[in-house]
Amino acid sequence: MQYEITLRLGYAYAHPAAQARHLLRLQPRTVHGMQRLVAARLDVEPSNPERMVRTDFFGNIVHSLHFHEDHAEIDLRLLAYVERHSALPVLDVAPSIDRMRLELAGLNDLGPNSPLHFLGPSPRISDLTPFRDFAMAALRPGMSPVEAMRAIGAALSAQMTFDDEATDVDTPPLAAFEAGRGVCQDYSQIMIASLRAVGIPAGYVSGFLRTLPPPGEERLPGADAMHAWVRVWCGNGIGWLEYDPTNAMAVADDHILVGYGRDYADVAPIRGVSRTAGGQTGHHTVDVIPVG
Amino acid sequence: MSAVSREMAAGLPPLVASYRPLDGIPDEMIGPDGSIRAPWLPLLAHLSTLSPAEIAARFGRGDQYLRDAGVYYRHYGKGDVASRDWPLSHVPVILAESEWQALAGGLVQRAELLEAVMADIYGENRLLESGDLPGTLLAANPHWLRPLVGVKPASGHFLHFIAMDLGRGEDGRWWVLGDRTEAPSGAGFALETRVATSRVFAEIYRQSNVHRLAGFFGAFRDMLDRMRAPGTGSVGLLTSGLFNETYYEQAYIARYLGLSLLEGEDLIVEGEELKVRTIDGPQPISVLWRRLESAWCDPLELDERSRLGTPGLLDAIRAGRVTMANALGAGALETQAFLAFLPRLCERLRGESLAIPNVATWWCGQEAEYHYVRENRHKLVISRANANRLPIELDPQGSTVPEAMTLESWLDEERHALVGQEAVRLSTTPAWKDGVLAPRPMTLRVFLARTPDGWQVMPGGFARVGQTLEPGSIAMRHGSNVADVWIVGERPVPEPSLLRKDGAAFMRKQPGTLPARAADNLFWLGRYVERTEGMLRLLRAYHGRLAESADTEAPLLQQVAGLLETYGMDLAQPLPAEVLSSIQSAVTSAGKIRDRFSLDGWSALVDLASSAEQIGKQVQPGDDAARAISVLIRKLTGFSGLVHENMYRAMGWRFLTIGQAIERAIGMADWLAAMIPADAPDGALDLMIEVGDSVMTHRRRYAMAVPESVCDLMVLDSLNPRSILFELERMQAHIDLLPGSRRENRLSPLGQALLKLRADVATMPAEAITPEWLLDLKWRIAGLSDALTDTYFA
Repeated sequence: MQYEITLRLGYAYAHPAAQARHLLRLQPRTVHGMQRLVAARLDVEPSNPERMVRTDFFGNIVHSLHFHEDHAEIDLRLLAYVERHSALPVLDVAPSIDRMRLELAGLNDLGPNSPLHFLGPSPRISDLTPFRDFAMAALRPGMSPVEAMRAIGAALSAQMTFDDEATDVDTPPLAAFEAGRGVCQDYSQIMIASLRAVGIPAGYVSGFLRTLPPPGEERLPGADAMHAWVRVWCGNGIGWLEYDPTNAMAVADDHILVGYGRDYADVAPIRGVSRTAGGQTGHHTVDVIPVG
Repeated sequence: MSAVSREMAAGLPPLVASYRPLDGIPDEMIGPDGSIRAPWLPLLAHLSTLSPAEIAARFGRGDQYLRDAGVYYRHYGKGDVASRDWPLSHVPVILAESEWQALAGGLVQRAELLEAVMADIYGENRLLESGDLPGTLLAANPHWLRPLVGVKPASGHFLHFIAMDLGRGEDGRWWVLGDRTEAPSGAGFALETRVATSRVFAEIYRQSNVHRLAGFFGAFRDMLDRMRAPGTGSVGLLTSGLFNETYYEQAYIARYLGLSLLEGEDLIVEGEELKVRTIDGPQPISVLWRRLESAWCDPLELDERSRLGTPGLLDAIRAGRVTMANALGAGALETQAFLAFLPRLCERLRGESLAIPNVATWWCGQEAEYHYVRENRHKLVISRANANRLPIELDPQGSTVPEAMTLESWLDEERHALVGQEAVRLSTTPAWKDGVLAPRPMTLRVFLARTPDGWQVMPGGFARVGQTLEPGSIAMRHGSNVADVWIVGERPVPEPSLLRKDGAAFMRKQPGTLPARAADNLFWLGRYVERTEGMLRLLRAYHGRLAESADTEAPLLQQVAGLLETYGMDLAQPLPAEVLSSIQSAVTSAGKIRDRFSLDGWSALVDLASSAEQIGKQVQPGDDAARAISVLIRKLTGFSGLVHENMYRAMGWRFLTIGQAIERAIGMADWLAAMIPADAPDGALDLMIEVGDSVMTHRRRYAMAVPESVCDLMVLDSLNPRSILFELERMQAHIDLLPGSRRENRLSPLGQALLKLRADVATMPAEAITPEWLLDLKWRIAGLSDALTDTYFA
């Protein structure tokens, strides 16, 4: 399946900002066997910032922008064409969780895909303990990591209500968990914390999700959004599997990957610092259109 | 029990004769055979000639020096911050040069090992592949910063200045207790402790062949200079800021080495180039001695909560445009768990064993080690593998088991996060207790710097000396004292100094360009000082009048009270809190630029603050207050005098002076507007002349005080240093010399505004001056402050 993805993202400042520096993790990447980035371009207003592109530790594509001049707003427009391969059904040949832990202990690789990065606390998921009882309650003896992923995902669906006003991007996972409400970022970080609390490596995935309009209705332009989900390490044999806790489903070919990280902090779509007084307002629209 | 041998004791005073080292514990002063170690003899002989009163006086000299220098230790308790005097243990620790040289060789080996490990964990990860370092351990290390993986340091080296904590164990050997690779503090404290101790023992210090510290710092400074890229400015010290517990020390060492003291906010990255924001625009800089913790250095790529960092710094580092001493992420090596692996890593990387062992450590993530620790759990100290403080600092009693856990359940549930360490019995050194010397446990902090000739060990450092015999009492938070460390040679030692000729590299040709934030602080220091003076002069006039009439309802007192209230002062207190907070603001501004200040200037300001606080507590309204305020005014003018007499005539001084001039002109316009109206109370003009410090001049020049005479003298007379015109001319003289004051022979907008203002004042007839005109003038002068801010501090 090939997609055309259009993302518009912008901020307007109450007072002109100067010396702004932003890091963007918006551009889908190529992951062998999963998706291929065919082409992408990023247009920026004001049009004169210094720009650099590189990849980060986890292999994500990072654009950095540096605006010298005063500016009252910035607008970003990303256009990307991505070839998404259909995910193959997973045969659960994973070992039990206990056996997987032994495999982990034998690993001595700290490359970007190593599960060892995804076992312990991370910047936004600093304390795993509060999630332990919740995760333990979902598990049964002898489960494989794949089964554990589905069980914890299902338990989370039962526990949480989708609510896009209850939290914001800075809400800690524990607060969202205790409130029982949140959006994809909260679902994902809570699920990651729960998996790690029982020793299963889990990471944060940011990306795009193609959404379908309700039956009989036209698709509204800009209705899609950036999305987040989870990846879970299921032992040496299977490796990483992806799961979307917000929709309680395995990740399929409607999910387009942008970045991998330990939590939101590693893959925030935009991270910026500017010198400005007063507030700012932001907007963000996404269209994911199949193009054959 | 060992004791001082009889022959030695015979000639020595009771202070040594009663000295009893502990059984089985080595002592720095008394050798294993019970005799006094040779390097201590001159000091002891000297002490024995002094009476208790003389000793007290000498110790007092050291304390006085530290107080005058403003050396303090900031202590963070639960929810409160307190500064206490630097806890000097007056008796130095004395080590023989021969012993030190053997030790130094081992320390250099360790520094090279740490560099090699650092290069591996941020480079090819061979130690992981070979299984010498467990991947799970490194992955869980919060100081191992992933964005820095694969980034090669511009200078070719990761580590440039490190510290180690050492202890002497029961067997008499030195042990490394911990490595400080991130941004070690204490080198400046070592210097200050040295100065204080050398004053206590001035005579003996000079005769004792004590190795000096300046050569070490000179070599390090030389190295920093050499690492600069062509066309970049002076080396900076990246500070963690005023609120860090070691800020004082950072400012001190920056001043000592002639480095710019910079905060993250002073720096900006343009493209991939790191620059300092100065009053002359951004200027490139390529070497930073970093005292800010890595995680806080770049909010874009490291800890996103940081408000101390420089966005984009990592771009500059990746591009090889800046050398960080030490490289970001060096804190990874400080964790306790590394102590478990360094002995083997030394074999692996260097093919030799560690010359100085480190305290035996077992990481419980390994099977055999875990079982060993579990079996010996009551003998060992259990602590977090990723903690970077010495266990002995964390808890004197040993292991700190989390609440709701037992030692056993802790070990079972969190074994991967724990290490067990051998409990170290530390050697003792003499400390002064109740008039005699008594043995106290101690650790040594030593410093190493990479120099053009390789690693050098500072010949000295400082010792932390416990207050009690408990080993845990060596933690500063538990009230330990700090002693100088003397390395004593058998022959006279050279006397280097940063001020002398031995380092041509230190001869600074030009003062560096002034960072914008420093200029900002100097400007506000000038304003706060002047504002305080204005408040005090008004207050004194108020209390003086109050002493004469005691009627607070008198019209003149009401008038002054109204003016005082515009400063936010509450006259219910004789010395309102607003005065204290204005002084405090001056101290804060000065504190942020301590590297640019003379010791005397700083002392004068701190003295003013503490005097004001004292006076505020006890003073009575009326005459008493007027007198007390006079004392404060004298102290304040003393500060101003010191600044103007002693401050180098660089840009910083201009900003300070402009701040004073603006504030004084604003105050004068404001007061005059209140005092010259026709309906002002009787005596208002006389009071005005008094607060304007112009009584004599006015009496000489005018028959009587009328609004015209007062305005003539205090607005228009450009020879009167209290007049508005005088201040405007003073400002103009300085603003003309600021960078960018003229472009293509045209004045800057700031210069134009000032020139117009000055012309309007100079051409104003005295009799035409009205309160409205004065208030408008005040706002126009205040506008200059805004223009200055936009031009130079933004």
